[in-house]
Amino acid sequence: MSADRGEITASGGVGTGGLAGPGGVGGAGGAGAVAGPERRFRGASVVVAPVIFGIAVLVVWQLVVTVGGLPAFLLPAPTAIAEQIGAQFPVILETAAVTGGNALVGLVLGFVLGVLLAILAAGVRLVADLITPVVLAASAVPIVALAPVFTTMFGSTTEIPRRLVVTVVVVVPVYVSTARGLRQVRPVHDELMVALAATRRQYTRFVRLPGAVPYVMTGLRLAAPAAVIAAIVAEYFGGLQNGLGSRISSAAANTAYARAWAFVAASIVLGLVFFLAGLLAERLVTRNRPGGAS
Amino acid sequence: MTATGTDAVELQGVDKTFGSVWALAGVDLTIGAGEFVSLIGPSGCGKSTLLRVVADLEEPTAGSVAVTGTSARQARLDQRYGIAFQQAGLLDWRTVVENVELPLQVHGVGKAERRRRAVELLELVGLAEFAGSRPAELSGGMQQRVAIARALAPSPRLLLMDEPFGALDEMTRERMQAELLRIAGETGAAVLFVTHSIPEAVVLSDRVVVMSPRPGRITEVVGGRRPPVSGDDRAADTLDPDAVEDVRETAAFFEAVTAVREALRKGAATDGPAA
Repeated sequence: MSADRGEITASGGVGTGGLAGPGGVGGAGGAGAVAGPERRFRGASVVVAPVIFGIAVLVVWQLVVTVGGLPAFLLPAPTAIAEQIGAQFPVILETAAVTGGNALVGLVLGFVLGVLLAILAAGVRLVADLITPVVLAASAVPIVALAPVFTTMFGSTTEIPRRLVVTVVVVVPVYVSTARGLRQVRPVHDELMVALAATRRQYTRFVRLPGAVPYVMTGLRLAAPAAVIAAIVAEYFGGLQNGLGSRISSAAANTAYARAWAFVAASIVLGLVFFLAGLLAERLVTRNRPGGAS
Repeated sequence: MTATGTDAVELQGVDKTFGSVWALAGVDLTIGAGEFVSLIGPSGCGKSTLLRVVADLEEPTAGSVAVTGTSARQARLDQRYGIAFQQAGLLDWRTVVENVELPLQVHGVGKAERRRRAVELLELVGLAEFAGSRPAELSGGMQQRVAIARALAPSPRLLLMDEPFGALDEMTRERMQAELLRIAGETGAAVLFVTHSIPEAVVLSDRVVVMSPRPGRITEVVGGRRPPVSGDDRAADTLDPDAVEDVRETAAFFEAVTAVREALRKGAATDGPAA
């Protein structure tokens, strides 16, 4: 069987045939080892460059505010914001946990709902005809319009309205992406399953669902940061005053501008955490596959 | 399974039209048990359509189709044939051994039994050590061998192959031809093999069926130059690639290649002004 090894080295180890896709994360040894040191160097610059840029922006910002004498309501100095972050830190953690919790609950609900609806729509034509326009219409719904209505429906002493807003926002990208993935069956797999006399259910279980997984994960990655945005914006319209969004609006209303910015900074961090978690989940799940949905 | 005496394929007066396009006209073809038959012809001569009719992926417009002594549909439902396409068509998210197990899994064979069978088949195609690999880690030739192992999983009496080596480079292709002959010999399965390559058809086949287009029909049948393999004669050693290479250099091989080429040219000549 020496011939086999010849084959694998001759093609450089990453013989993906006609499937060569971007970002061969799970690629075989040889190519990765060669690219190693160079990639590590690039990895460092990927982190260092934006950090230097960010520090530079903060320094310029500080100078413009202090030297230029900008009024605090227009733009507070970074040092003033940092001071507020320190002073409000326990409150920031508490409110971030509430908003993060709402975003997470809504994200999970919307994700499960989006995937289930897409599977249902893929299996039953009638369901697809019924659901697709509704979901697409939902993508055009501004959550701004929904938030006060939900608050009135469920009362202002519960987290339900915010979570529902997040759910609606999340369902759309997850449904669209999953539905697209379920349609992406390669013709050769289609033929194969017919030749093997597979039932519809087997076809879905063995080919369509696993094939759609990268698309499902892309939907999750897109939805994760949107969930945080929805959770924060939903708080601007009344209800409980325990999240980041309500703190931002009340601080701004009380002319405590530096404090408002401190909560804005916390919101940015929360959004980044969700974004990175979504990205990591996508990478982990699709690491053994060539190509992918993105 | 079926009695060894039953013909693998029996086609009588098979017509197939797609709208106004006449893809197949009056095709009669019988493939005996264990026989290796190639279909060759220019693009559009209906050779792939013919294979798809046998596989029950297309229904004939007229004529009768029997596969291993039953209807094409029943043969498909019973997984009496194995099939391999030009693309290996492996499922990227499954390991190599899980890909080979797929037909058995579809047919509800138990986990332990189908794993045992799949490992056995990977040994047959010489890829036992790659059982746990992902398809993307394999070269094109190796992927195609996995696809052949998958086709063989239900122990079919008939193997349908639609240009399975068409996407491979010449060296890999010739090695795969030798492998295929050995495998066909060891399993005793009949093979219906669609190809564009004259030498490939000649070296693999007991019979080369030459087709011509508009409408797709059989114009001539030429004897192939298949070297003797272990399945033909149990006393002989397992076929090694050298035996196939030797065949490629015999006068009889060149004669058969010439005969097929002339048959193809004759088919093209009767094609009329459209050609």
